[in-house]
Amino acid sequence: MQTNLSPEFRGTQQGATAEAILRKCVHCGFCLATCPTYQLLGNELDGPRGRIYLIKQVLEGATVTRSTQQHLDRCLTCRSCETTCPSGVDYGHLIDIGRQVIDERVARPTREKFVRWLLKVGLTSSFFGPAIKLGALLRPMLPKTLQNKVPLPSDIESGSWPTRIHARKVLLLAGCVQPSIRPNINAATARVLDAAGIQSLVAGKAGCCGAIRVHLNDRPGGLNDMRRNIDAWWPTIESNAIDAIIMNASGCGVMVKDYGAALAADASYAKKAARVSALTMDLSELLPDLVSALRTRVIASSQQLMAFHSPCTLQHGQRLLGGVERHLQSLGFKVEVTLSENHQCCGSAGTYSVLEPKIAYQLRDRKLAEIGRLKPRCIISANIGCIQHLQSGTSIPVKHWIEILDQAIV
Amino acid sequence: MPQTEAQVAAVLVACHELGVPVVARGAGTGLSGGATPHRFGVILSLARFNRVIRVDPLNCLAVVECGVRNLSISEAAAPFGLYYAPDPSSQIACTIGGNIAENSGGVHCLKYGLTLHNVLKLRGFTASGELIEFGSEALDSPGLDLLSIVVGSEGMLAVITEVTVKLIPKPPVARCLLASFADLEAAGNAVAAVIAAGIIPAGLELMDRRMTAAVESFVHAGYDLNAAAILLCESDGTCDEVEEEIGHMGAVLKSCGATRLSVSQDEAERLRFWSGRKNAFPASGRISPDYMCMDSTIPRKRMAEMLRAIEAMELKYDLRCANVFHAGDGNLHPLILFDANDPDQLRRCELFGAEILEASVHLGGTISGEHGVGLEKLNSMCVQFSPLERQQMIAVKRAFDPKEILNPGKVIPTLHRCAEYGKMTVHRGLLPFAELPRF
Repeated sequence: MQTNLSPEFRGTQQGATAEAILRKCVHCGFCLATCPTYQLLGNELDGPRGRIYLIKQVLEGATVTRSTQQHLDRCLTCRSCETTCPSGVDYGHLIDIGRQVIDERVARPTREKFVRWLLKVGLTSSFFGPAIKLGALLRPMLPKTLQNKVPLPSDIESGSWPTRIHARKVLLLAGCVQPSIRPNINAATARVLDAAGIQSLVAGKAGCCGAIRVHLNDRPGGLNDMRRNIDAWWPTIESNAIDAIIMNASGCGVMVKDYGAALAADASYAKKAARVSALTMDLSELLPDLVSALRTRVIASSQQLMAFHSPCTLQHGQRLLGGVERHLQSLGFKVEVTLSENHQCCGSAGTYSVLEPKIAYQLRDRKLAEIGRLKPRCIISANIGCIQHLQSGTSIPVKHWIEILDQAIV
Repeated sequence: MPQTEAQVAAVLVACHELGVPVVARGAGTGLSGGATPHRFGVILSLARFNRVIRVDPLNCLAVVECGVRNLSISEAAAPFGLYYAPDPSSQIACTIGGNIAENSGGVHCLKYGLTLHNVLKLRGFTASGELIEFGSEALDSPGLDLLSIVVGSEGMLAVITEVTVKLIPKPPVARCLLASFADLEAAGNAVAAVIAAGIIPAGLELMDRRMTAAVESFVHAGYDLNAAAILLCESDGTCDEVEEEIGHMGAVLKSCGATRLSVSQDEAERLRFWSGRKNAFPASGRISPDYMCMDSTIPRKRMAEMLRAIEAMELKYDLRCANVFHAGDGNLHPLILFDANDPDQLRRCELFGAEILEASVHLGGTISGEHGVGLEKLNSMCVQFSPLERQQMIAVKRAFDPKEILNPGKVIPTLHRCAEYGKMTVHRGLLPFAELPRF
């Protein structure tokens, strides 16, 4: 589409990136069909094309209002529009720029500022773990909205961490909230990899991947998270001890795979960041190896139907579609995906379920209704956010697929 | 953004009383600017009318609200082995209401007809907010056939809220034949030859090399990128019918100089062959920042002549053009590639487009195949229709909407516009269009 950036953005790096993305859009509207918020609200300003126009207008010098900010806030950043877009518009990066520019110009109400600050600091702090443990104990006394976010005491049991040493090693990102909410996911990952002859290393100083701060528009803070993780991993990477950095939360994976692009302008980190991104894999990308190594050791229950919910960060963000189901099926598991709307977001979307609860819960219930039609005994997914969010709306157990594989190994 | 018919009626009553223009809007995927907002008007977004009311497999019909997406109808009908035939390339997103407004076609309309041929009944509101129904659940209804006037009226006659469409049984087998040609002209002639051989394929599409190159990187359909043009020919029906027709088509295409033929081996491959065609327009965003999509028709037998003319225009206007046609029904979609940030390219592009439309009329065709006239082809209406014909169109519009509040300024050019558009060269003292009033 035609662009005419205002002098303020013309010639800046931000402006140039945004313009290159905007120029690819031919405003065909195909994205409306798969955008969760447009499907719910029916307002073009709450669909990708409308938001692209809003961002374009801001970059062309239009007045920015609180309403512009809210339309952009309502985007889940699920990037479903990107896999639908025939002209290859890089919407994810454009909305990051749009949000940043708008936040610099429109002040948020105090309460909202506080909630966003609390999420940013709270979720990534060292107090989060103890707070969750306390919350789990007090869960029955908490109001419903908080209960949804706090795990059951049984969820925070993890089992043992393998101690064997293998020649093949990978780095595993433990994540920020995952070790506190569902510690078993990391432990199960390490156990399954161990069974397949792969040793998992966790760098103690690595923490949040940066996505929480980036998506709450604290880009400098997010970049610092990334630098800290790179520093934590670098000695291991440099010594060629590992052949991959493994992500078992697809939300983190999509962020770490983007480190190279995010830090491209940082002379002292650009090269390292690119290397980190190139080494990063979603856990499911190891499945071909796991399947061949574990085929004889897995006893899968072919009776128990499991529904797989593919997180947006896996199918749209990382463009990894079908791998989990296919490989689990090849091991004898009975796994199915929803007959329709498999591409749709469950509403979790990182901190979105806290910031935009109304839409988040509508999407959750819509997703659970679709899943319910399969009548599964268990729901499996690949991202802690989705797992926790879906679990808050159903009594069917929601697990990470690696936990299922872990249980089936004899 | 109304959610109920009562709200639609209320909006229309108020606007009618105040004389405020109303532009009805679906998903906004149209290609002629039909849903472009009016400067002093309101947009009546019908996106929330998105429920499938009922599917009636016994009578092979579905009743849906106007904002239901085209593809959703076929999805809702699929459990009964039925589908809705017209399939515009934007079917993933476009709404049935928009399809009614534009009388949309699609790759399968050669065999199964346009929207008009697949709609039984419409329910909606007049400009003054009165409930009105057109057609019936039977194939014909008493009185004048007003359904045919409303379908394709581009939102100028009524606002439609509920649509009853025909569903047809899904053919048990469908296969797609890809044929490569070393030059465009041979491909054009092959299209005419297939139809002349008495075959009505379920779809017969042409894409040139520039177009296949653009889409291949998105869909990986396996198109022959060395071919100057490819034809996609579909056959559907029972297993035997399809096999015989594919064989027959293959023989005709070979005799017309096809250099390579490949037939889809399964449903996944067939869908992949088509996905390139369906994504062709927007995929042009990968090879050019902007494109203008033309939509004209010509008699099939003149396809090759038209392709030659377009090639000459590319040189004349120094712009590239990618071609993707509903070749079987002679409906052309040349995509003129340009950069809108360069004002001269935009100017040349518009002239290029107008010349394609003029050439189409000259070859015995029309200025619009299925995208409607909207804003885009207002000027070209004067090439196609005489002042008297246009006056009659205005009379029809006024019969439905005397205050002219529904989508004003679209489709039918007013007299002064034609006079403005025409270059005023006074030759030997003779004023062109002397009969037109001047301002």
